[in-house]
Amino acid sequence: MFNTGEVLETINMIEREHLDIRTVTMGISLLPCIAGTAKKTAENIYDTICKKAEKIVKVTYELSREYGIPIVNKRVSITPASIICAPFASKSYLIGKALDDAAKAVGVDFLGGYSALVHKGMADYEKTFIESIPEVLADTERLCSSVNIGSTKSGINMDAVKLMGKIIKTAAEKTKDNDSFGCAKLVVFCNAVEDNPFMAGAFHGIGENSTVINVGVSGPGVVQHAIENNKDSDLTELAEIIKRTAFKITRAGQLIAKEAAKRLNAEFGIVDLSLAPTPARGDSVAAILEEIGLESVGTHGTTACLAMLNDAVKKGGIMASSRVGGLSGAFIPVSEDIGMIEAAQRGTLCIDKLEAMTSVCSVGLDMIAVPGDTPDTTISAIIADEAAIGMINNKTTAVRIIPVIGKNVGEEVNFGGLLGKAPIMPIHKESSELFIKRGGLIPAPIHSNKN
Amino acid sequence: MQAVLTVIGKDKTGIISEVSSFLASKNVNISDISQTVLEDYFAMIMLVDITAATVEIAALSEECAELGHRIGVSIHVQHEDIFKAMHSI
Repeated sequence: MFNTGEVLETINMIEREHLDIRTVTMGISLLPCIAGTAKKTAENIYDTICKKAEKIVKVTYELSREYGIPIVNKRVSITPASIICAPFASKSYLIGKALDDAAKAVGVDFLGGYSALVHKGMADYEKTFIESIPEVLADTERLCSSVNIGSTKSGINMDAVKLMGKIIKTAAEKTKDNDSFGCAKLVVFCNAVEDNPFMAGAFHGIGENSTVINVGVSGPGVVQHAIENNKDSDLTELAEIIKRTAFKITRAGQLIAKEAAKRLNAEFGIVDLSLAPTPARGDSVAAILEEIGLESVGTHGTTACLAMLNDAVKKGGIMASSRVGGLSGAFIPVSEDIGMIEAAQRGTLCIDKLEAMTSVCSVGLDMIAVPGDTPDTTISAIIADEAAIGMINNKTTAVRIIPVIGKNVGEEVNFGGLLGKAPIMPIHKESSELFIKRGGLIPAPIHSNKN
Repeated sequence: MQAVLTVIGKDKTGIISEVSSFLASKNVNISDISQTVLEDYFAMIMLVDITAATVEIAALSEECAELGHRIGVSIHVQHEDIFKAMHSI
């Protein structure tokens, strides 16, 4: 028989502390879909996704009812589309449309992988593909895009960084009637991972099996509550408490991932041990940092608290799952976390502090709204800074930045739902144009030469 | 297959009777039961065997939630594996 306290603890976590499975993401290889023409390839893609992911919504619904734990998002990730589109790059939009249609047909809320990997060099067909991204994001609803522009092993492709500044501005322009929403579906990575279940940066790496299930767990509220119950603990003890909590959360994710894989005839991929916030109160990573003892996230001490939190989450989670992957760490998206939103509104949290925070946690500058008249070279420079942190520290970093056309500091943008709302954050006015115009490649760091 | 049924709420007469007769009507066998009352707070945990039940676990969970609503307590039915996964190595 079960221990009463343990059973009630689980129920409490789900009922009151927002414990949930944040996403069940099916990774699908689309390599077998490549045909002689874009039209035929698009048909193959639509059919493949509809066949493989047909039951994802039904199965996750059943699992959530049987185990009594909510499964918030059902998603699909695919082989980076620039590879699929290589023979007919100028018609990439046809593939984008087929992907969006397939996502709607199977009922997933997002499909990730309209992506290109150009961290070392950018072939002509990849450039053409990347140039299609703004229009495709404007014309589709559920499709997400990402571009990997650097890695520890290869350095930072500054030509791609320069291009992505322009692409982000174009995507913002093309969706300006909708608060430049297109940019919320576009991530620029350094050291992108191939098994990330979270959007908008998910894609299905070419080293992966044909169909896999990757699961992202969440539970900032559970961690916050555990810290709340231990007001007198020192940081050594707090780290242990966070580890134990992360262990439990991850075990729930592992169970659901294995069962979902079995029922969907897919291979179990990984569990991503992330603390992913939502705009709901009580589901905030910022609130955890404040519970540790900061008056507001963004103040001095934030980076240290986040480093401890991120590390403890990994340590607890790694033992709980047979396969850990994805981004695995605390997420700090501004618009998707009520504590971050409020700190940004107060002015306590600025881009520079966020940048420091990204050097000790997973991902990077995420869901940050900036003035619509921000020059594309400034956006490129922000990307370059983040990529440098990722490259040197051998970790994934990303930029999902939204230059909201027509809006300025003091105003706010509201995307609704899980994407939340964000105040327009101030950025440095001084130009980075000459730096970005140089182009070329920032060479890989010395410590990448390990062979 | 075993499931864990939890009943949480303010204590009053007849909770166990209501729940157990409902379970019997669905051919659900009670394997183990523990119950505590802390002040006025009632918490009961049952391990139930639903192998021969007339409904699937998901449907049973929903019907139990409705029953709980009717008698003023909160009832959850969950696959036992979620608790095993989270609390044992």
